[in-house]
Amino acid sequence: MPGLYQIVEGPLELVAAIRAVSGPDRGAIATFIGTTRNHHDGRPVQALEYHAYVPMAEAVMRQIGGEIDSRFGTPHVAILHRIGRVAIGDPSVIIAVAAAHRREALAACAHAIERLKEIVPIWKKEHFAGSAIWVEGPEPPGPSS
Amino acid sequence: MTVPVLLFARYREAAGAAVVDIEIGEDATLADVWERVRARVPALRDERRPLFSCDRAYARPDHPVTGREEIAVFPPVSGG
Repeated sequence: MPGLYQIVEGPLELVAAIRAVSGPDRGAIATFIGTTRNHHDGRPVQALEYHAYVPMAEAVMRQIGGEIDSRFGTPHVAILHRIGRVAIGDPSVIIAVAAAHRREALAACAHAIERLKEIVPIWKKEHFAGSAIWVEGPEPPGPSS
Repeated sequence: MTVPVLLFARYREAAGAAVVDIEIGEDATLADVWERVRARVPALRDERRPLFSCDRAYARPDHPVTGREEIAVFPPVSGG
């Protein structure tokens, strides 16, 4: 199955995601870039750090690609997530989905980031001046269906 | 039998280790594994929302453990 699902230690390249999904039978490529924010609940965040269960994270990202193929009819999905320390404003996640038409590409791209936040085993640690906290999701996803 | 359990994120920091080895009996489940992990790592005693995986796929607390799986326990995820 085509697609690119990677946990990356280092800067993410949008062009790598686009290259992985583009092709002559596709009329649309939708992309999403998640960047690190400099505030959380009114407190200034100095840097973010991401940690992952790497082999499971890549397997679950590939599973999301499978969901997209069955729901939106395209296997052309790239999901890249960075781990380690990420400077404010830098990309932490990049998603690209190519499809024959724009509607499927845009809907599939939105599905990918929502599902990533729900089920991919990655954790974010926010570094403030003199302290740091692990962020934890609102609801445990439970076993994937 | 001795089973290695992988820990991630805050759980790993609480344990001061990426892996803890625990002893379980036959017919054990992931819930039993978690009970042993919490006995070993007092800082995790009050955790209410652990997630489990077995061979890199999410699994429920009643999932049986044979000792040959790759088992992990971790807090709710927060990627993106």
